[in-house]
Order: sequence, then C-alpha cells, then structure tokens
Amino acid sequence: MHKLLTEHPGLKMLLLGNEAIARGAIEAGVAVATTYPGTPSSEISTNFFQISRESDLYFEYSTNEKVALEVAAATANSGVRSMCVMKHVGMNVAADVFMTLAYIGVKGGLVIVTADDPYMFSSQNEQDNRYYSKFAGIPMVEPSSVQEAKDMVAYAFNLSEKLQQPVIFRTTTRINHSNAAVVIGKIKEPETRGDISKDPFNHVPVPAVARKLHAKLLSKLGEAEKISEDSEHNFIIGNGAWGIICNGVSYNYVSDAVKDLNIENRVKILRIGFSYPMPRAMIKRFLQECEKVLVVEEGEPFMEETVKVLAQEEKLTLSIMGKSKKFFSRLYEFDPALVRQSIADYFDVACSPAKVPDLSDIPEIPQRPPNLCAGCPHRATFYAVKKASEGMDTICPTDIGCYTLGFLPPLAMGDFLICMGASAGTSCGFSKVTGKKVISFIGDSTFFHSGISGLINAVFNNHDFTMVILDNGTTAMTGLQPNPGVYMKKLNLDVYGKVSIQKVVRAVGVSHVTVIRPYRVKKSVDAIKEALHYKGVSVVISEEACTLYARSLKKARGKPFFVSDKCKGHKDCINEIACPAFFIKNKRVEIDPDLCTGCTVCAQICPEHAILPIRNI
Amino acid sequence: MDTTRLIIVAVGGQGNLLASRVIGEAALIADVPVRMSEIHGMAQRGGVVESAIVFGDASSTVISDGEADVLLGFEPSETLRALNKCNANTVVITSLALLSPFTVTTGSSVYPSLSVLQALIRQKTAKLIAFDAAALATEAGNVLSVNMVLLGALIQTGTVPLQVENVKEAIMNKTSKTFVESNLKAFELGFSVAKELG
Ligand code: SF4
Repeated sequence: MHKLLTEHPGLKMLLLGNEAIARGAIEAGVAVATTYPGTPSSEISTNFFQISRESDLYFEYSTNEKVALEVAAATANSGVRSMCVMKHVGMNVAADVFMTLAYIGVKGGLVIVTADDPYMFSSQNEQDNRYYSKFAGIPMVEPSSVQEAKDMVAYAFNLSEKLQQPVIFRTTTRINHSNAAVVIGKIKEPETRGDISKDPFNHVPVPAVARKLHAKLLSKLGEAEKISEDSEHNFIIGNGAWGIICNGVSYNYVSDAVKDLNIENRVKILRIGFSYPMPRAMIKRFLQECEKVLVVEEGEPFMEETVKVLAQEEKLTLSIMGKSKKFFSRLYEFDPALVRQSIADYFDVACSPAKVPDLSDIPEIPQRPPNLCAGCPHRATFYAVKKASEGMDTICPTDIGCYTLGFLPPLAMGDFLICMGASAGTSCGFSKVTGKKVISFIGDSTFFHSGISGLINAVFNNHDFTMVILDNGTTAMTGLQPNPGVYMKKLNLDVYGKVSIQKVVRAVGVSHVTVIRPYRVKKSVDAIKEALHYKGVSVVISEEACTLYARSLKKARGKPFFVSDKCKGHKDCINEIACPAFFIKNKRVEIDPDLCTGCTVCAQICPEHAILPIRNI
Repeated sequence: MDTTRLIIVAVGGQGNLLASRVIGEAALIADVPVRMSEIHGMAQRGGVVESAIVFGDASSTVISDGEADVLLGFEPSETLRALNKCNANTVVITSLALLSPFTVTTGSSVYPSLSVLQALIRQKTAKLIAFDAAALATEAGNVLSVNMVLLGALIQTGTVPLQVENVKEAIMNKTSKTFVESNLKAFELGFSVAKELG
C-alpha cells in the first residue's frame, strides 16, 4: 500500500512537504487531482499518480496548467473535491481560467496549489504568486511548516466549499522540499461522482451575467475577510510592544530569532496563514498595541503594503518597516541569520552573528555546473545541429527542460529563453526581422504544453525557421513524468491514448518534416542540413529515449566504451561534446565505465577512431 | 533540547538524499525533533546537492553561513566549498575520494591539492575527519554505499543526537532490501574508521 494511504490516525511519519500536502488532500477526501509537473511542486503529483493506481482518486497529468485547471474547475463545479497543482509560473498559463473561474466559483472544494520558488533554485523567475490571489479576488492560505502544510489542506477545502470559491494554497520551495515528522489524521472517503445543474445565468459569463457575478465575487470576498479575522491560521504570540508580522517560512526564522535574541517578552508576533483577504480588523488592533512593527515576508511587500494602508486608516504614525535597503530585500530567499540580524537592528538589540572563518586564502574551487547526463541524447542532437549549421549565422531560441543546459559551452545551443513553449513564437519574431537562420529547440512535453500553438502560427504566417523537437519520450527535468507522446501501454498502463508528434506536425501543415536518431551522427547531420536549407517552416524530430529514463526502465542497452592507445590527445570528445563520462588521468583521456551508456557518439567523432567498446579489448 | 545543525554536501547522484532520509527516520525513532531541507531539480544534473538538517528546538529548516555544527562532505572540493557554513567550532567529516568536475576535465580549472585542502579545513574548524569513503564502500561490497560509510563516521563522532541502534534500524527500514546488508557493513566501516582517526 502507498505510504500516504496509511490509516492509523495519530501516527508520526517523516514526510516531505510535498508528501504532506498530498496526504492532506487524501485526508480531505480529494477525488480528482490534476497537474502539469514543475519543480518545486512535482512530488505532490508523483504521489497522486501512484495513489491513483491503488485507490478511487482520479489523477491526470494534463497537457498544461491551463488545461489542468479547466479539468479541475469542471469536476469541482460538479460537486467533486478537486486539487490542481502547479509551480508558480504555471499560474501564468492557468491565469485565463483562474480569473474568470473566480466569477463562476465552484460547488465542491477546489484547492489550487501554487509552489513559488524564491531564489529560483529551479525556475526562470521568482514571481510572488500571492498577487494572483488579490488579482482575482480568491482566498489564499500559506503554511509555515510541513505539519501545517498537511493540516491546512483540509482547512482550504472546507473554506472553498463554504465560500463556493476556489482557494489558493501557496507554498515556497522551503515548504515543498523540507522534511519533518508529521502526525497524520483520519482519511475521509472521497465522493467521486457529481453533477452540474443547468444554470447558465450563473455558469455562462456573457457580459450581463458577468456583471452580476463580479458583484457576487466581491460580496464573497467580504465574507472571506470575516472568516480570515477568526481563522486559527492567523494568530498572535507574545505580548510585548514590538510587533512582527510574518508569513510562511519567515515565521520560523522569526520564532527562532526572537528566542536567540532573548526578546520573547518584548515582542508580539502576528503570523498570517490566511493571507488573502488579510484580517484587517485584527491587524488594526495589533498595530494599536505596538510601538513599532517589522513585516517579515519573502518576495514582494504584499502584506507590508496592506499593513501600511491599515495604519493610515487608523491614523497611526508608528514606524512600519519591511522592504528597504537596510532591512529586507525583494530578492531571493531569507535565512535565519538574515532575519535575526534585521530584527536586532530594527529593535536595536545586541546580536552577535556567527563568525564565518576567513576564507580569503582558499584556492579557487572548480565550478561544478549542472550538465546533461552522460549519454543524454540531447547532447547528440545539439552536436549534430552545430555541425550542420557550421558557417551559418544562427539564432537558437530554446525552451524549458533538461535541454536548456545545452546553452552552456561547448555546445552553446541556446540564445534566448522566456517560458514554456516560447521557443516557437520567438522563432517567428527573430526570423522575421534578423534575416538570420533561426533554429529552435523544444522538448516533447513542452511541445505538447504550448509549443504547438507557436508552430501553427509559424505555418499560418509563413515564417522561416527550423524547429528541432527533442523527443526523449518523457518529461525528464521534473522527474520522468509521462506526456501525451508517451506510449503508456509499454508501462502496462492501458487507459491512455497516444499522440504522435510527427502526425501533429504534419497535420498542422509543416511540409518539411524529418525524423532522426541522434546517436547516428553523420546521418543526423545530413538530415538536419537539408532541413536548415529548406525555405519556410521545417521540423526535425530527434527521437531517442532519455538515458536516465531508459536506465530507470532497465532498458539501457549500450555497453561502455574506453579510450584505446590509438588516442592522440586531440580531445575532440571533451572539447566538442563535453560528456561528463570523460576525465583526464595522467594526462590521458579516459572514460568512466560506470557513467558511459554506450551511446557511441564520441566514438563516431573521434578522428583517430580510438574510442572502442569495452568488449573489444 | 539544544539545537544541532548538520549540513551535508554532495554531488548529484551520490546518495545524500537517502542519507538525510535515513537520518530523519533515525531521529523519528529516537524521538528527537528534526527538520530538514534539500534542494532538488536542476541541481541534480551532476551539480552540487545540499541538505540541511536541524535537530532539537528550532523551527527553521535552513542553516545560515557560519552556523553549522557539523559538516558532512561526500566529495572533498565540495566540502571545501561549504566552509562558509562552518565556524571555529564546527566538526568536519569528509570523504577524500574526488569526483573531478567537468571544468577540470576541460582544463578550465584546477582541482586543489588534497593535502592543502585538508590543512585549510583543519586550520579553520575544530576538527577534521577525512578518509576515502569510496574505498570503504567498495570494501562493503557496494560502490554506491558511500553515503552509509559517511553516516557511520558521522554517528561515531557523537556530534548529532542519534544512537547507533536508531540509525541501523532506519537503514533496515528505509534502504532497499537488496542492499541492507552491504549498507550496514558500510556503516560499520565508516564508524570504525572515524574511531581510528578521531
Ligand atoms: S535526465 Fe534525461 S534528458 Fe535530462 S539530462 Fe539526463 S539523459 Fe538528458
């Protein structure tokens, strides 16, 4: 049985934040869960995927976040408890649904998990998604710990059903990827079937209906604020005259700091967990009882701005500090020492920071940037494109996935990146105005996510570029999730269909379509050359399984290679393809047989034919 | 209860996430409050992976610069890189088996000498225990058990509030059945070497 289906209420389990959220949903009787995977949210869905195979939970990997939210909006409007999970930037994709779903509302609970990534450990921006809540007028909760992450899910579902509105469950990486002991609760039996009444004057927001629904949204928001005032998730600790208002993980740093600085009897902490609408009356009372107030929140001054407005409404003149040069930045994430120091500075108490040893005499430590895995088919494709485009003046828009790493030298394939699917649209623009050869890269999952619409645009508007689709048969970066191009029957999962990328590409009207096997270097180079010379939109589909995926399925086939004494030390293998299986020992090039997957690419490009399979010794 | 802060640094694929998992489970068994955070995602494609583990009465799961009580390094240059997390009282345990970063292979950077590296760590912290964990893992019968070797050494130093039995129980419960035996052996070997060197 899946560990998150364990029955024993009261049992203490070590859970990852994301596991705790999944467990919370199971305890709340979630019946439908949808997602598009994205770090730091991915493990919530990995667990749902496994759980759905041994319970009544319906779970799907949707093609993108917009579709995921549409599916969940419908199931929730049919009265079925639903959860939709995404990383922060996924909300941008789902925003169109989200903004109007706020008008329509829900019947069964709908909890939307958005996992923000301050410091951008695995993201292209660090947008603060709390503003989505304010933007749409949708209530939001934010946990501070792993235990609370579990407990708050049921609260969010109840709130959603009470208000008949979706609820945002907002986390940050340090919640998603923290582990702690969690006391589990009782599992509620899910209601898996539902229905929707025919009620177009509430469900079909044509202008006349939408005008009425917007007013309804605002009145629900008023109701939500009343609940926020009394919510157990907004609470005050201590009764000193110095006030600190904080949320999420900042609350942990504040609690530790107040103890470490020994100012527990002088400080009052207001922890905001139900963070939109904010409990305005509660905050006003808090401000009235404080001499000065520090607002501690990562990201944007979301709470700070409201707190200052409330002080103004009460004609209070106390100092309220938050984001400023001297205290907290809008950049990156916080840490305990930073918060402790800022609290000490603001309230003027002594603080002796830990002494980091003098590191000025430490020699330069070699950097260890992430790299495509040894034998990764993307490396082979990038190499082939590089060879095929030699001498051409190119621009290479790239996309989101492991293959983004191809922008690093020596492959250096990746000149422009915005967000999921943007390689296709940006290629249209670059090819129009630069007169250069545009070659774009997009993975299979990203192509289905949002690359298709850009490609259709290219065909319709008659653009001129080559799209290289890196089809490795999985969504590798986020942990090997399936996508519509994956043949699920091979994994003994037979309730799935399969979409052929090649057929889609041909069907939208691309006339020059080539499929290559990237480990066949010369053939691939020749085929790509031809595609590059085609005037108009050409597509090259590079098909080869992700090596990590192949290994996980025990389908890896290659035998490792070694460098024989024919090697004359040109180092083309290292300098041109940079496979991490290579290393230098006693000035000789060697291959780590544990890393080598036997993809044979290096053997094909070695001018001395010195790289041979180990069995040939 | 006092707070103990442990940082584990490794190269993606070295099994440090499993090591932290075992530590967490052991803490659960021992009823020691524990919180940990780790970095997944992009960092795992051969990059540096860091876990922070906080035992005792603290709410934070992150460890600031200069605040680690113990640093456990799976790879010597990564241990050196993490010195900013240490202070003069920190105990450092590191494997000396190096994993050459690709920037060294391409000749764009040089790997620091292991003797200089050890001297520097010794000079800036309270104590250094350094040995080749990969060799001991091989001796235990599983090259991938470097994490268990280092765990053994960590527990021997008595720097974290966990007992040998707690950790062994966690290894038995939480690591793959096929490897339990070699993992326990690796743990023992790490424990003994730390005793000799300590
Ligand atoms: S996980 Fe797969 S796609 Fe990603 S770098 Fe490794 S081999 Fe390549």
